Amino acid sequence: MEEKILHSVTGIFETPDDIIKAAKGVSSAGYKKYDIHTPYPVHGMDKAMKLPWSPLGYVALVLGLTGASLAILLMWWTMSVDYPIVIGGKPLFALPAFIPVTFELTVLSASIGTVLAMIIFLFKFPNTSHPLHDTPYIKKVSSDKYGVSIEASDKMFDLNKAKDFLHKLGAKDIEEIYWDNEELNTVKTIWDKKFLGGLVMIAIIVGGGTYFAINKLVYMTPFNWMMEQPRLDAQSVPVYFNDGFSMRQPVEGTVARGWMPYLITDADTAQLSDAKYMNPVPPTEFNLNKGQRNYNVFCSPCHDYHGTGVSRLKAANKQDFPNPPSLHSAKLRGWSDARIYHVITKGQNTMPSYALQITPEERWQIVHYVRTLQRAMNAKPEDVK
Amino acid sequence: MSNTELYTKKPLPSKLLIFGAVVTLIGAAMSGIAFAGDVQRASFGLIMALMLLISVGFGSLFLIALEYLVGADWSVPFRRITEIVAATSIISILVAIPLLLNLHEVFTWLRPELLQADKYVAKKAPYLNETFFLVRVIIAFLIMAAFYYIFSIRSFKQDLNPTEGFRKTSAKFAALFMPVFAITISVIAMDWMMSLNPKWFSTIYGVYYFAGSVLAALAVVTFIAITLGENGYLSKKLSNDHYYNFGALMFAFTNFWAYIAFSQFLLIWYANIPDETLWFMDRTQGEWMILSLILIFVKFGIPYFALLTRPSKGNPFRLRIIAAWIFFAHVYDMYWNVGPEYSKLAGLKGPVYGLAELAAPIITIGLIAVVFYLVGKGKNLMPVNDAKFKKSLDFHL
Ligand code: HEC
Repeated sequence: MEEKILHSVTGIFETPDDIIKAAKGVSSAGYKKYDIHTPYPVHGMDKAMKLPWSPLGYVALVLGLTGASLAILLMWWTMSVDYPIVIGGKPLFALPAFIPVTFELTVLSASIGTVLAMIIFLFKFPNTSHPLHDTPYIKKVSSDKYGVSIEASDKMFDLNKAKDFLHKLGAKDIEEIYWDNEELNTVKTIWDKKFLGGLVMIAIIVGGGTYFAINKLVYMTPFNWMMEQPRLDAQSVPVYFNDGFSMRQPVEGTVARGWMPYLITDADTAQLSDAKYMNPVPPTEFNLNKGQRNYNVFCSPCHDYHGTGVSRLKAANKQDFPNPPSLHSAKLRGWSDARIYHVITKGQNTMPSYALQITPEERWQIVHYVRTLQRAMNAKPEDVK
Repeated sequence: MSNTELYTKKPLPSKLLIFGAVVTLIGAAMSGIAFAGDVQRASFGLIMALMLLISVGFGSLFLIALEYLVGADWSVPFRRITEIVAATSIISILVAIPLLLNLHEVFTWLRPELLQADKYVAKKAPYLNETFFLVRVIIAFLIMAAFYYIFSIRSFKQDLNPTEGFRKTSAKFAALFMPVFAITISVIAMDWMMSLNPKWFSTIYGVYYFAGSVLAALAVVTFIAITLGENGYLSKKLSNDHYYNFGALMFAFTNFWAYIAFSQFLLIWYANIPDETLWFMDRTQGEWMILSLILIFVKFGIPYFALLTRPSKGNPFRLRIIAAWIFFAHVYDMYWNVGPEYSKLAGLKGPVYGLAELAAPIITIGLIAVVFYLVGKGKNLMPVNDAKFKKSLDFHL
């Protein structure tokens, strides 16, 4: 028989009271490296074994505080700094609303972190084997018996004395447990290449599998309730209202937000010289600049940059689109602002309406610019001074 | 070993009665002076006293029922103390009587001129009217008295001639007690405290008062149990492990109270509906805001950290200090609930404290002492004939 290294001596006890007594006995005999195994937590064991306070509580405290601060930091950054949105009229940093999330993250990081810390630091992960595994002893204590194991590495350990001692405590089935040679010779650390490689493989497989499963196998349209809701389909009979409409009619005279109806027709342009149709936009530099930009974009292809009426459009493709009249004619200079506005809004003969492309405000700005062009082309003597 | 060897009866000292009587009289005198000066303010003070007494008494009944229902071992040695303390729920009638004579002073919903002015309050009239209020008050006291008989008096009789199956019937009554208790304590909280602000809506208020009540009852029972244990009135076999559980329960209910109090605040703050926010507006304006912030620390922050670690729960000396703290935190909580309503009614901006308000905790403490002496006199202070008594003394963590 080859030389084997002793790990511990074990003994079996029958009742929880016996094991408490045994634990008290072993700890008061001065043994430090020993362990008690029971099939379920036995009350009073900590005290009987004279166990010191577990440091795990501090791990939980530190991790809990970390989780809490991370949560607050995350919400502060996203909600108040990076993408500030006012929600429900609450301040950007709305502490009461953050508390539930902070609480969750505190609990989550404390519990997960504590379990991980326990596995890594206390169980010496990835070392998963122990000499006691696969022994008749561990089989008994994990079903219906209670056991003590005194380890050979204890300073005051002596095989025969320990056996006698267990015997005196009333232990049955006293056994010697030896190290397995393989266990002794393999050193496992977290930095083991195989272990790390395994972790990476697992990450790839789990990540890939999850990606495949979620995106291909069980793909679900996100937010499909807008599609699923009762609605009116084309060519179908509406079901919600008896009058055959699927929506309620707006109140008579309702005007859409930001839109005013333009009621003046070509027939009554005469009234446009009225004082009440004054240009509501002041001729500031800003408005003139905007007017210039929009004139150049929308009007200049036909009317030329200076309003001369030499159409770029016609020059470009030589088609039969008529050159528009000059914007500097005496007739036009005599027109009111509103009259030009009317042409932009309604169009005139071959000139189409620009009501859809150009907002009312922009139309008035363009009118200002047209006036500026006219003034420039027909400068009065005092302008030159 | 027979049960009598585990526990030897030691009569309560008459000092306790003298202490209780003197303190009660001082409290009553303070309240009386307050009544002579300002009936309204004194009545508000008495509401606090009433709510405190019901907290302790009714909360104790809850603790007894809880023990039967969950089959707890550790609390059996202390159950007699809880049973005696439960008598405060009955004695609170003494405080309720002067209040019932002055209902119009405190409850604005009893003033017709106000009812017409406020259509929301007017709509609550089917519930908030004098007759129905009195009916509810009487029913609530009857329920407390009935369960005091079922849990406490039956248990006292058990000492003289043990009855078979006592635990089983008690457990059945405990199961009945729970839903009845839940409704009754909510109604008590709404009737006496929430209706001080009849406009207000909050569906969680009953639970809020319940959480605080259980804390107060636990604190009083813990304080008495540790004091009696230290002075040799209880069994020598009691260990720190027994007391540890008081700490654990107080810790749990401290968290529960914080959870409920915060839930009530968060939902109201978030929804921002005037009928709900008005109550918190009264408590977050001016000086009241400071008092509200203090409440968080007094009732949650400090007890939380004081009870967090294991040694603090296992050390009866420290536990008793924390129990006293928690009781006064509940006093403060009641003040925080009742005080702003008085200030508003009296047209004051900030909080007031004086004879009327101070009388509440003093009367409560005095009455608890008197009741404990009178009810506990000549009785065993431990339920020696309980089937679990011997086993429960061996309890360890
Ligand atoms: C598609 C080419 C085209 C564009 C773009 C165009 N117009 Fe015209 N415009 C015409 C033509 C053609 C006429 C002459 C219509 C007619 O026969 O009465 C005209 C007429 C006018 C008139 C009336 C002139 C008159 O003497 O009766 C005004 C004012 C006018 N345009 C302003 C504008 C403004 C301002 C813009 C820019 C928003 C613009 N137009 C964009 C082609 C265009």
